[in-house]
Amino acid sequence: MTVQLDARPPAAPAAGHQRLSSGRLSRLDTRLSPYLYIAPFFLLFAVFGVYPLAYTFWVSLHDWDLLGTDHPFVGAENYTRLLADVDFWHALVNTLGIFVISTVPQLLAALWLANLLNRGLRGRTGWRMAVLVPNVTSTAAVAIVFGVLFGREFGMVNWLLDLVGMDAIEWKSNRVASWVAISAMVDWRWTGYNALILLAAMQAIPRDLYEAAAIDGANRARQFWSVTVPLLKPTIIFCTIIATIGGLQLFTEPRMFHSGTNPIRGGPLRESQTLTMYMFENAFAPHYNFGYGSAVAWLLFALIALVAAVNVLVLRRLGGGAGPRKGATR
Amino acid sequence: MAVLPRRRLAAVALAATTALLVTAGCGGGDDAEADGPITLTVDVFGQFGYDQLYQEYMAAHPDVKIVERGTGSNLDEYSPKLTQWLAAGRGAGDIVAIEEGLLVEYKANPGNFVNLLDHGAADLKGNFLEWKWNAGLTADGKQLIGLGTDVGGIAICYRKDLFEKAGLPTERDAVSKLWPTWQDYIATGEKFVAAKTGASFLDAATNTFNTILLQTAGNTTGYSYYDTSGNVVVDSNPAVRQAWDTTMDIIDSGLSGRYGSWSEEWVSAFKQTKFATIACPAWMTGVIEGNAGPAAKGKWDIARVPGSGGNWGGSHLAVPKQSKHQAEAIELATFLTSAKGQIGAFKAKGPLPSSPQALDDPAIAGSTNAYFSGAPVGAIFGTGAKSLKPVYMGPKNQAVRTEVENAVRTVELGQRSPAQGWTDAVTNAKKAAAK
Repeated sequence: MTVQLDARPPAAPAAGHQRLSSGRLSRLDTRLSPYLYIAPFFLLFAVFGVYPLAYTFWVSLHDWDLLGTDHPFVGAENYTRLLADVDFWHALVNTLGIFVISTVPQLLAALWLANLLNRGLRGRTGWRMAVLVPNVTSTAAVAIVFGVLFGREFGMVNWLLDLVGMDAIEWKSNRVASWVAISAMVDWRWTGYNALILLAAMQAIPRDLYEAAAIDGANRARQFWSVTVPLLKPTIIFCTIIATIGGLQLFTEPRMFHSGTNPIRGGPLRESQTLTMYMFENAFAPHYNFGYGSAVAWLLFALIALVAAVNVLVLRRLGGGAGPRKGATR
Repeated sequence: MAVLPRRRLAAVALAATTALLVTAGCGGGDDAEADGPITLTVDVFGQFGYDQLYQEYMAAHPDVKIVERGTGSNLDEYSPKLTQWLAAGRGAGDIVAIEEGLLVEYKANPGNFVNLLDHGAADLKGNFLEWKWNAGLTADGKQLIGLGTDVGGIAICYRKDLFEKAGLPTERDAVSKLWPTWQDYIATGEKFVAAKTGASFLDAATNTFNTILLQTAGNTTGYSYYDTSGNVVVDSNPAVRQAWDTTMDIIDSGLSGRYGSWSEEWVSAFKQTKFATIACPAWMTGVIEGNAGPAAKGKWDIARVPGSGGNWGGSHLAVPKQSKHQAEAIELATFLTSAKGQIGAFKAKGPLPSSPQALDDPAIAGSTNAYFSGAPVGAIFGTGAKSLKPVYMGPKNQAVRTEVENAVRTVELGQRSPAQGWTDAVTNAKKAAAK
């Protein structure tokens, strides 16, 4: 609009002057208003994102007893202690382990579900809404219910295992078993959510690509792997990164999975203690060492950045971000 | 697992909680309406049994409204919240309950609490057992952080129906005679297990370990994980080792149902009659009644604890400096911890008084508990309460205790051998103390 206005030659000098100033204003408008429009986000981000981040870093350089009045500066000591802390590395392995065994099946299942929902089902909207229902329920409620399902003695899962003649599994005090149980609730909750995102992307794929593929003799499965999946790559990358951030920050599910004394440890041998739980254990009960907890928070931040970067690189290498043409000609 | 919705949810939850805390925590924010009644918030955990007392107090003080928060929650849920409120300078109730194991940590930063000595509390000294009073004082004796509520006389609560099934005596004096020592208790347990009732002999080894430790420490060294000069002595205090070894015997004999204490399985196990005995400090009777439910009324009874005496638990009531109604809060705390208040709480939920007058009162000495088959709880728990020897708790008692109890639990679950468990206990306890 403004560009067109400016391009028009002035009709009269007086009017021209007016036009000129309004032109300058509108040019200013073009340049500045976008920044104003997005400013609220950055203001909020500065207050709730950057400031806590910087403050946490400041705290992590101190010996900071939560209740204490003195907070002596200790430099990088919290970090060096943390890097030598076996429990930290243990929590890191747990976090990555739970992350991998929850994210991979989750995204595969979401892709499969999205593909099903993309077909001409009767009552399509109903089905599509239904897959989102687990996501709407409260995480804490889900975790408590799953915690009961996976109980050692009174749990339904072990009861079912018993029916088919298998031994009961110590879901809470066996490291890998607890990872699986926690992954199960993460998957239950987030698969539908990812499926809807993938479905939205699927619907943007032009129908004629499928018709062309069908004419070339590709069956449904072949169409899925050769047309749908390549075209979905940018969306898959998006889902993976979001899942990475969420997965590495996993807290509520493993925390609520354990009940009893000191559940923040994730089992007597820290079987399913994630990094965020370890952070909480140190910053709050029972240690109340805010400086040390903040150091954990910062290393977690660095880890998420690192894993997200690796994710992007790997998926790029695999041919992510492919345009429609590339996908179609494959 | 998308982070955005979750974060937003967290932000909303945070905002909502903050709003709640601001309104509820600071006495309902009713400073504005100076004429209306003020609200005093009392933060507790477990069962303090104050409901009736509140009613009475409010009837006598129409200008005061009392709100209690946290009933039934366990100490691990309660203590981080309290610490955060204190650190943040807002959110805590006008009166907060502090358990003896945490009192030492809070005493290190007395500035968070009103010095009750400045408000005439010195006159109340005679209302408390001497060691209980002293526990509420800071190291220099200049500040009184909290007024004592209860102490933890110890007994063993047991299911009569399961004992009968196993062919053991069910009458409480006969049951007490079964186990003069912990070894006898184990022997009884073995008989019980051999009878195959489908239930375990005890709930969790950690509970029993804690009981034995506090009993042994009280009778010998007078301290448990820390010596009185503040050194961690997990590996050199014979009381800890002795409690550990006895607990290992219990585990080894297969007596434990391995229901992690305070977990949901533990609560279910109460309901489903899955264990026969539980180490039972006086305050535990209220917990048992709450967990096992009204259907089990009259099926429980109380016997003497093996060994001699012991003390587990007991709390103080403190007034945080952040309270907007300090004077009123102090008055209420004084009422709740008076001999009359302690008797009322005992009758409601069983916490044993720390006031000698209350302990001498016929209302306590002669009291029985209908839920526990009419057991003479006053006599069982009250006997020896006045001669209880307190156990000294060090600065990071809670963190260290967590590590040692976890080590017990790993052995109980078969994840560690007793020897490995002991190494873990010592190493992790030292690490926790240094954090």
